[in-house]
Amino acid sequence: MTQIFQLYVFILAGFIGFFVISKVPPLLHTPLMSATNAISGISLVGAIVAAGGQYGKVSTILGFIAVICAATNVTAGFLITDRMLAMFGGPKKTDGAK
Amino acid sequence: MSAGLYAVLATATEGAGPSGVSDYIAQASYLVASILFILGLRSLTRPADARLGMQQAAFGMLFAVIGTLLNHEIITYQWIIIGLVIGAAAGYPMAMKIQMTAMPQFIAFSHAFGAIAATLVGIVEYRHAYGAAGDALQPGLSHGTAAALGFEVLFGALTVTGSFMAFGKLQELITGRPITFKGQNALNLLLMAVAFGSFSWLVMHPEAAWAFYAMVGLALFLGISMVLPIGGGDMPVVVSLLNSYAGLAAAATGFAIGNNVLIIAGALEGAGGFILSMMMSKAMNRSFGNVIFGAFGAAPTSSAKKDGVAKESKTISTEDAALQMAYAGSVVIIPGYGMAVAQAQHVCRELMELIEKKGGDVKYAIHPVAGRMPGHLNVILSEAGIDYGTLLTDVDDANRVLQTADVAIIIGANDIVNPDAEEDKGSPLYGMPIFRPWTAKTCYVIKRGKGTGFSGVENPLFFRDNTLMLYGDAKSVLGSLVKEVKALDEGH
Repeated sequence: MTQIFQLYVFILAGFIGFFVISKVPPLLHTPLMSATNAISGISLVGAIVAAGGQYGKVSTILGFIAVICAATNVTAGFLITDRMLAMFGGPKKTDGAK
Repeated sequence: MSAGLYAVLATATEGAGPSGVSDYIAQASYLVASILFILGLRSLTRPADARLGMQQAAFGMLFAVIGTLLNHEIITYQWIIIGLVIGAAAGYPMAMKIQMTAMPQFIAFSHAFGAIAATLVGIVEYRHAYGAAGDALQPGLSHGTAAALGFEVLFGALTVTGSFMAFGKLQELITGRPITFKGQNALNLLLMAVAFGSFSWLVMHPEAAWAFYAMVGLALFLGISMVLPIGGGDMPVVVSLLNSYAGLAAAATGFAIGNNVLIIAGALEGAGGFILSMMMSKAMNRSFGNVIFGAFGAAPTSSAKKDGVAKESKTISTEDAALQMAYAGSVVIIPGYGMAVAQAQHVCRELMELIEKKGGDVKYAIHPVAGRMPGHLNVILSEAGIDYGTLLTDVDDANRVLQTADVAIIIGANDIVNPDAEEDKGSPLYGMPIFRPWTAKTCYVIKRGKGTGFSGVENPLFFRDNTLMLYGDAKSVLGSLVKEVKALDEGH
């Protein structure tokens, strides 16, 4: 049953993603991609369990590398998104928008 | 949307079979994170709210990480902490130093890293079930979990090498031209078939470790061979597609380890990448199936010399061009990747400000596939301090403005202004939505040399009566235009 529930979650989240993201204006397509990229760095959660659980030495090493990669992905992803979004939507910029 | 959220709410607590208070806390943190992720993406529909929304999403990520650290399965923390510190220390300078022009390769790099994590987690999970001697062994995997792990490493490994290849091409470590050889598509199809065969075998016989590792190897190879034949101009589709695959890998990880926040975040990215790749392929007039099967790199190589008569385009001096631009009432600038390469966005803003000071109105027409990733030129121009209100991101809107414009200035763009896309049924570009700069009174083209565009197709726009060419590096041509316009002022 668990996997049926997981499929529910996946499909519903996919729908939400589809409807929400369809409305993102082309202006913000690059930040959109870096944002979804940062968010899917959530694999970090899986990497943490792999690195911290006692699954044996090889698994710990693989998990450790996974934590580094995912943490890089998350940090860089959110920071670059923020940097880009800071260029849009500042109060002085919105004046010029029609 | 609320119905979806309730369903998420209802199922989030079912997922991992919580076995203690800490697990309830973890699940609650995942739920909060999922909601903040969705709201963060929603905030991107309004540029003014987007920054705050994504900052909240980042907090969601923090909650999820803290929630996970409380997980009862975690016994040692040292490697986690060291890994987090290294990752954060590596990510911070990368994100703060990268130039907006290099954004596509940065995103490709970031996709690769996320995918490495997903693939390694998949391998650890598999080893956990059927590990080498000495490792903790669990009872075998169910067919469903085997399928999830299979998907995870398939999409993960494919994204790792595919993204590194895309990175190499974008960074010009590898040639940006398509690399093709005979039987390439057949080879790719064969690889896919074998990978799919291994996947099916794994689902039926989860203990078959050879099938699992064969799949990892095949997917790694497939990532390379699929991106190899794709040229630089098609990169917006590739980067979007890799975005989608990276999301699917994360979602499959969620299925495999029974974690809903991974499923949700992965589904969101999968959907986002899917939408963008559809939009990009539509903007290039290629079918989505064409995109999925990677056959879209076969750029036409014919030089398309149709009538054999060597036509001459008219050139103009920057001095004369500056005079006309300075007193134009309405100007539309159409930038392409060539502007980004020449780093000409700052001097372009200078020119724009000078024209505006003289009472002219300046707008930018941004094609969906201009640049090397979706929306690439928007961030480049915004970084240069150009108000995003002046960016026309819809092709039809831009064409309406062009009809009444005095001057159109094309900077380092080619295929997106090729009239053949509308007029010549034999052209490989036929059907692609394009800008019509020739409808403006005068059309200036700033171009590095006389060569063809990315697609290798001749551009008849350059030979039209109202088209004037300014050959040279975009930055230096714009620089001398700025100088000439300023000189006009001093002459008065």
